[in-house]
Amino acid sequence: MCLAIPAQVVQKDGEKGYVNLGGARKEVMFTFTPEVEKGDWVLIHTGFALNVISEEDAEETLKLFDELGTIQDEMELENKNVEQ
Amino acid sequence: MLNNKKFRDPALIKKIVDDLNNWKKPIKIMEVCGSHTMAIGHWGIRKLLPPSIQLISGPGCPVCVTPSSLIDELIKLKGVTIATFGDLIRVPGKEETLEQARAKGLDIKLIYSPLEALKLAEKKQVVFVGIGFETTIPGIAQTIFLAAKQKQFNFSVFPAFKLVPPALDALLSTEDIELDGFLLPGHVSVIIGSESYDLLPEKFGIGGVVTGFEPLDILRAVKLLTNQISKDNPQIINEYNRVVDSSGNKIAKQIIEEILQVEDALWRGIGWIPDSGMGIKEKYAEFDAAKKYNITLKDEEGNTGCRCADVLKGKIIPPECPLFEKVCTPAHPIGPCMVSSEGSCAAYYKYER
Repeated sequence: MCLAIPAQVVQKDGEKGYVNLGGARKEVMFTFTPEVEKGDWVLIHTGFALNVISEEDAEETLKLFDELGTIQDEMELENKNVEQ
Repeated sequence: MLNNKKFRDPALIKKIVDDLNNWKKPIKIMEVCGSHTMAIGHWGIRKLLPPSIQLISGPGCPVCVTPSSLIDELIKLKGVTIATFGDLIRVPGKEETLEQARAKGLDIKLIYSPLEALKLAEKKQVVFVGIGFETTIPGIAQTIFLAAKQKQFNFSVFPAFKLVPPALDALLSTEDIELDGFLLPGHVSVIIGSESYDLLPEKFGIGGVVTGFEPLDILRAVKLLTNQISKDNPQIINEYNRVVDSSGNKIAKQIIEEILQVEDALWRGIGWIPDSGMGIKEKYAEFDAAKKYNITLKDEEGNTGCRCADVLKGKIIPPECPLFEKVCTPAHPIGPCMVSSEGSCAAYYKYER
């Protein structure tokens, strides 16, 4: 029910636009994400883009997985959380 | 290019799983989101974890907590089209489901977006069933806003929204539940932000990790929880920061604030939980189906023997219900946890037998 799907923005005209959802062109409202641009990845749920997905943060998370130190990565995460 | 496949890397999964298998102390971790319930089943995560780490499912599926009286009231409506997300149509009312009522002529339209319901209202009276958690609420609130702007008085919404943090608060306040940590919902948190769960460590001394739906997300969240538990340092951590931030989506929150107000809500199997739902503000009363059709919900779950309520509270796991698999199956669901594919019982039936 709360599943939101990542999709790439292919066209944006103000509040409305289109994303590429698994190869299909789907109309989406960008009411909650006015800052998005063509090429961005967004999370789609019931016809609305909920937010922009940060590819940098995705890479960063993967790096942490790779390093899987026990205490260390948790510290990094906690620090990240504090910075936000 | 966003690459989710990396979050399924077998070598990395093995690394975390090996590490977690050293964990000795018996702990219970509750996932709060139906999509997590499904992901845990789909990726076989329970089988990867040692017996000392038990994952249990909480009240994380808005369809499963929809009271039967809502279904009964919708079936009674005359001369309107009921527009709803597909998940709802197999939920049993006291007598029948919306699907069974449709077979007898009830006018029901299944839709993907609330905007489609607004479009339908150009031709007829439409009641949209507003089910959902914080993920779904802003889109529906925005649709009400648009209806008001277009003066589309054929359109109304029955507010059956549910809020996650108050439900967790109520669960931990009223029930004698032994829990050591929470896997917190990723997409609900997109809207409300990870800081919305601060009450868990502050009030109850239980930590939580906001996490995504890939196997590495879930395993890593479990790992972060074990770290906290071993240091007795409960806190909220956002593992899903590629999608979620601490404060949520400001614009979505503003739209919710404009249209809706926090109210008590009726949860199937749990009862009324104070301030755990949302109703439509007086300013938008013309679009409130509860007022327009004079609908009130009653807590009147029949006694079927279904133990969905205890499953939702994490007191028992689905196979401990006497009906599970014997009389209650996805093809013939007795209780709401079996109806929705995201319900704990349906997920257990599909993946954990």
